Order: sequence, then structure tokens, then C-alpha cells
Amino acid sequence: MGNTRLAEIIGRHERDLLAEWTRRQMDSFGTGRDRISETQLRGNSQDFLRALTEALLRNAGSDLRRQEWSSMKDLLGEISRQRATQGFTPSETAVFVFSFKQPLFTRIASEYPNDSEGFAAELWTATELLDELGLYTSEMYLKSREEVILRQQQEMLELSTPVVEVWEGVLALPLIGTLDSARTQIVMQNLLEAIVARGANLAIIDITGVPTVDTLVAQHLLKTVAAARLMGADCIISGIRPQIAQTIIHLGVDLSGVLTKATLADALQLALKKKNLTVARS
Amino acid sequence: MERIPILKMGSFLLVTIQVDMHDQLAMTLQDDLTARIVSDRASGVLIDISSLDVVDSFIGRMLGNIAAMARVLDAETVVVGMQPSVAITLVELGLSLPGIRTALNVDRGMELLRAGNNGDSNAGRENG
Repeated sequence: MGNTRLAEIIGRHERDLLAEWTRRQMDSFGTGRDRISETQLRGNSQDFLRALTEALLRNAGSDLRRQEWSSMKDLLGEISRQRATQGFTPSETAVFVFSFKQPLFTRIASEYPNDSEGFAAELWTATELLDELGLYTSEMYLKSREEVILRQQQEMLELSTPVVEVWEGVLALPLIGTLDSARTQIVMQNLLEAIVARGANLAIIDITGVPTVDTLVAQHLLKTVAAARLMGADCIISGIRPQIAQTIIHLGVDLSGVLTKATLADALQLALKKKNLTVARS
Repeated sequence: MERIPILKMGSFLLVTIQVDMHDQLAMTLQDDLTARIVSDRASGVLIDISSLDVVDSFIGRMLGNIAAMARVLDAETVVVGMQPSVAITLVELGLSLPGIRTALNVDRGMELLRAGNNGDSNAGRENG
């Protein structure tokens, strides 16, 4: 019974419910209110009310898994995604639903002036429902944030492993960021494919942008060098900072089989020398 | 019986592996190649594996063995045309073939062998 009654109450007071709710939301944002316009907020709230009334009229109960709630869930998912990209915090996003409680409860109270039992029952239905919706909003918010993180990780992987040709037959591979096994795989693949495509026989791996080199990273580097060698290309590792040289030796990593240079410039010079080329001032 | 042909080019032997390399074939190749190095008095062996896209640890080890045997018979071995995926597999298997010299293609491999032949002492890998 409570469901349709609630829809009636909302329908009767829709205009002032909406006004009060929107104002309440704007207040709750405090200084961050410029991230979202009042018009957009009002639009979101209106859509929410419409979806809520619709579901309540179909006697949907408070179980969000029921099919009647699907349009409401779509709406909340959309709003959460919006908020996540606009930089709202999880609680600020959840407030969207929870701030609806007070305006609604006031209206419910005025509908049951002398019936405390009816009021309590109606209040419980409303609370239960709004809590569910609020939790769902938070959940969707987190989910969309996770999607963002996943996508960024993917993009970082693609962005951070470029192979450039610095001279005919000389490739340079500036590594930036930590080298884990997943990245080593991509680096190795990119390098080997570039060796074939450009017909290169020298590759300079520059590790200036690698923050730390531990035994695992060193092992990954050596693997890349070995794979390039199997393809007939020699590797020079450059960009070794003094700190990293110390770490490598303290860890007992054996880099004696690999050509190493302190800077990329030195490495390029060595590469040219290996190709029997000289650079002269004209 | 299936055999991998061994071609003679000057003082070098050229082996092109065009078929799927199974273990028996690899053993036969090992026999044939060592025999030919001796009979042709070859000073270099060039193995082209550009059409090989699957390797296992046995084939990897066999390549290493062939190189080592050739060295004993005073012939240089160069493996050319390895596919990127094959290189990655070999490295992941821990077989980085330390005794073998490598080149990107047959052309480069020939240059390497010739360079090694002319001045035995400075057998550097510079080419191109």
C-alpha cells in the first residue's frame, strides 16, 4: 500500500520538493558549487523524481533488483558517471540522493497529522528505499572511477613505450616509469618489431626516466637486450644515473655483457662509431 | 626421408629452414651439417630461420649445439631472420644463445661471415 501512497505525496508536492531539494544540494556543495550548474542539478533531480514516481506507481517495492527499477538505475548510473568525471567526491555524489530525505519527510509528516502509526510506516518505507538508492549511487560512482583508472593505465602503457629512429639503422627507446613484467613484454615487442621494420642493427635503451632499478628491472632489461641480440641488433643501455650505478653494483647485478653509457649523447656517439660514421663540423 | 637442404656458397654453407622443425629433423640436420663442414672445408655456416615461427627449448638448444660443433670444426655460425615472437620465446625460455652470432637477414649475415673471414682477429659485429 505504502508505495503508491508515497508516489501520491511526491506527485502532489513535486514543485516545492524539487525547489527545496535543489537548494539543499547546492548548499551542501559549499565552495565547489561551480563544478555543476543549478540547471543541470535541477534537471537531474527532476529526472530522479520522475523515475521514482513511475517505479512507485508500478508498486516496485524497495528491491532494486526488480525490473521496475531499471530506468531509475540507468539514471543513477548516468549521474554517478557524470559526477565522477566532474571531480565530485563519493559522499558528495551520494548526497544527491540522501539530501532528498529531509524535504520528503517533512511532506510525509504533513500528510499524516494525527496518524503516528501511519507516519512511521510511511517513513520507514521511504528511508529504506532512499538508502538503497543512495548506496547504489555510491557503488556506480566507484565503478565508473575504476573504469577511468583502468583506461588510464592502458593509455599509459601505450604512451610510455615509443621507439624512435635516431639514425639510419639506430633505434632509441626512451623508457619512462617503472619497468614491470607486463611493460617489459610491450617494450620488447615494440623494439623487436621496430628492428624488423627499420632494419636496424643498433638499439639504444635510455633509462633516464626509470626511477629505480632493482634486480627485477635489471633482469627485464637484460632480457630485452638478449632478445634484440637474437634478432641481430646490438643494444646500448644509456642514461644510467650515478645513484643507479651504485644500486646496480650493490645488488650484484651483472651488466658486464652489455654496453653501457652514462648519457644518451655518449650512446649515440658510440653507435655512430660502430657504424664507422664520423660527425664533423662543417 | 625428409631432409633440410644445405647449400654451398663459396666457403660458406647456407641452411634455410622452411619446414616445421621437429626433433628428428633437427638431429638429421646436425649430422648432415657437421659432415658437410668437414667435407666442404667450410669456414662459415649461415642458418636462416625466418620462416620458423614456433620454437621450443629443444630447437633452441639444438641451434646452440650446432654453433658449438661448428666452432670446434673452425667454422663460424650466424643465425639470421629470427622472428620477434621467436626471440621473445627463446629469452623467456632462458636460451639467449650466447655462443651464436645473429643478424637481421641473409644479406647482413653474409657480410658478418665475410668480415669474420677476412680478418679473423677483429671479428667485430659491425656492419652496414
